[in-house]
Amino acid sequence: MTDRYPGYDVLAKRRTPSWNEPTRQVVNRRLAVPREPRYLTPPLFTVLDAVCQRILPQPTDRPPVPLAALVDDKLFTGLQDGFRYARMPDQGEAWRRGLAGLEEAAEAHYRLCFVKLSGEQQDDILRRMERGELSGGALGDMPATLFFEHRLILDIVTVYYAHPTAWSEMGYGGPASPRGYVRMGLDRRDPWEAAEAHDGDETKARLENGFVG
Amino acid sequence: MSADPFLSDPFAAPRAIGGRAPDVMKAGGWLPMKQHDNNEEVDFVVIGTGAGGGPLIARLAEQGFSVIGFDAGAYFRPLEDFASDEIEQQKLYWLDERIIDGANPIRMGGKNSGKAVGGSTVHFAMVSLRFRPEWFKSHSLLGYGADWPLDWREMWDYYARAEKALSISGPVRYPWGPKRPRYPYRAHELNGAAEILARGAEAMGYQWTATPLATVSAPHGDSPPCVYRGFCRFGCSTNAKQSQLVTFIPRGIAAGAEIRDLAMVGRIETGPDGRATGVHYHREGRWRFQKARNVIVAGYAIETPRLLLASANDRYPDGLANSSGLVGKNLMTQSNQAVFGVMDKEVRWNKGPPSLSITEHWNYEDRKDFHGGYCWMAQGPLPVEWATIVAGSRKRWGAPLREEMMRYNHQVGLKMVGEMLPDERNRVTLTDEVDQYGLRIPRITYSWGDNDKALIQHALGEMERSLDLVGAKDIFRQEDDTNHLAGTARMGSDARSSVVNADCRSWDIPNLWICDGSIFPTMGGVNPSLTITAISLRTADRIKALAKRGEL
Repeated sequence: MTDRYPGYDVLAKRRTPSWNEPTRQVVNRRLAVPREPRYLTPPLFTVLDAVCQRILPQPTDRPPVPLAALVDDKLFTGLQDGFRYARMPDQGEAWRRGLAGLEEAAEAHYRLCFVKLSGEQQDDILRRMERGELSGGALGDMPATLFFEHRLILDIVTVYYAHPTAWSEMGYGGPASPRGYVRMGLDRRDPWEAAEAHDGDETKARLENGFVG
Repeated sequence: MSADPFLSDPFAAPRAIGGRAPDVMKAGGWLPMKQHDNNEEVDFVVIGTGAGGGPLIARLAEQGFSVIGFDAGAYFRPLEDFASDEIEQQKLYWLDERIIDGANPIRMGGKNSGKAVGGSTVHFAMVSLRFRPEWFKSHSLLGYGADWPLDWREMWDYYARAEKALSISGPVRYPWGPKRPRYPYRAHELNGAAEILARGAEAMGYQWTATPLATVSAPHGDSPPCVYRGFCRFGCSTNAKQSQLVTFIPRGIAAGAEIRDLAMVGRIETGPDGRATGVHYHREGRWRFQKARNVIVAGYAIETPRLLLASANDRYPDGLANSSGLVGKNLMTQSNQAVFGVMDKEVRWNKGPPSLSITEHWNYEDRKDFHGGYCWMAQGPLPVEWATIVAGSRKRWGAPLREEMMRYNHQVGLKMVGEMLPDERNRVTLTDEVDQYGLRIPRITYSWGDNDKALIQHALGEMERSLDLVGAKDIFRQEDDTNHLAGTARMGSDARSSVVNADCRSWDIPNLWICDGSIFPTMGGVNPSLTITAISLRTADRIKALAKRGEL
């Protein structure tokens, strides 16, 4: 994947008028999330970690966003969605059953535990869950597709795109209080926004991104 | 947690206590606040401090009534409490568990439920629109839904008052509907996403306009002009947004109203004569009882029927104000589908309020083969929301999801707010599970009808055509989203077919009132908050008139 916003780091704005004190504290806490599980058991956490690497594969040339730790943190702190599908258990129970269900499916189809499967095999198991082909066993009466779409995908995608590393790679301006933005129209960029590398001008974008702050 | 030691955690303990309330315009600031004893029979308790409760709290206090406004949520000072962050700011939402079912379950939370002093207006997108006049008589004039017991000409006057009180920024000339006065503040400039909507509408031959918004385009009191940071739906950290928290609530406190934050009302008590006598509420770790001469419920379309149903007693075994059997029924939401595409140009749609331009074409055009109307507005979802849309609507995960997210700054979108029709099968009931207060959790059952589906498909086709006409590529549809709520305690002209009358007074219990989106007989095709605010202002005037005649 090419670097669309070369040299852009949203954290360079941390000490600028684009970040207020509550934002700094919130993001600091997120960056310091404990890497060890506090909610899931270590075996299930290992499965979660493998799942996260398939749902959002990350480049190897930068520190990865600790997705499994962030999902575990969500379960540990008990941040709720505000609703529960009548056919679903609460989020912690759903994750425990869902991960155990993936483990069972890996054993059933490949006679290996989930983390030992190749990436393609793991994707195959995940797609079976997405299509609703897994049922019973550890999943109990929980609908597999509903768990996949509204718990597994939602939680992993949410913690990734709430992380400054994701904001930097997609060129998102990030926190913006109290400074906000000034140049509002099409093809307009404030100097504190990410510069995009258009064909052949990676150097220019990299230079401009060095001044973002 | 804050760096400054004098600043407190809004969730640790109530802030509006000890004769003072937070001054929301100053970090660490306080305002003097009148307080009442539990045994003092106050004139009004108002349950909920959002678009329904807020104006009533202020206007009743200004008329000399003793008033207490209860809210289950925290009393935030935006300047010190609000981060620019999609996750942290979920603290503004009602995230307590609700069970959802039906063929099209409504996902609850930030799209439809606030839990804060100021209610959902603390996180709303500030879109402040008037109903089309015919919607107040949609059954008689348009052949669907139910008539409101209100006259649109009277509402037109209250809309103007609401727009003035909220310092709405809007266009010089609004393209649709009867004449209306100038908006108090000039319209905001368009961002790239809003410009794309305008070009698309013009290509279709439809009118469009800058959206009337409740965020100021020039200073107002202690509110600075909007800085276009784009986190409107996650709370305004600069106080440019004219939420209830910064408008009517401080007005109410200045006029002698009391606010009780972190105070969850669980039951309304009635006396031997059948009238309401006060409310049981949970605050600071225990249940308390506040005596009152009148009780106004303003908890929105889920918590309002939940409270009325949970207050059932020997005299009212089916819940309060429920002789019609309609409490909890006719729940409505609005279709909130969208069409998205990619532009060659950089759009950077996260800059500015998310809905800076609008077309109401299909709210005022009746040549179509379904009932109801809809508008669409420009969009600017932040990364987490955008990622969940891409993952959900396109079934993307793995490398394709990350690649698609890289196009964020070039994305553009149109999102509808569409009218869904009332249906008694769409409803709020109580489960046997209980929440952290020991109160029964609501069950929310919802299924789209054939008309709802026809309207949605029409809108998706129109929005797609519009994006196609401006050269957007890789266009896709978000088919399943909904937002605002209404219904569940409808107003009407007789006690058998409605819960409250035109004055928001319940037919069954004369000193029990309901004033929020619950009372809508129909949903309309625009965001409901301005209509709720206008009805709240009207109800305050009606209470004053009734009191003068000795009819309270």
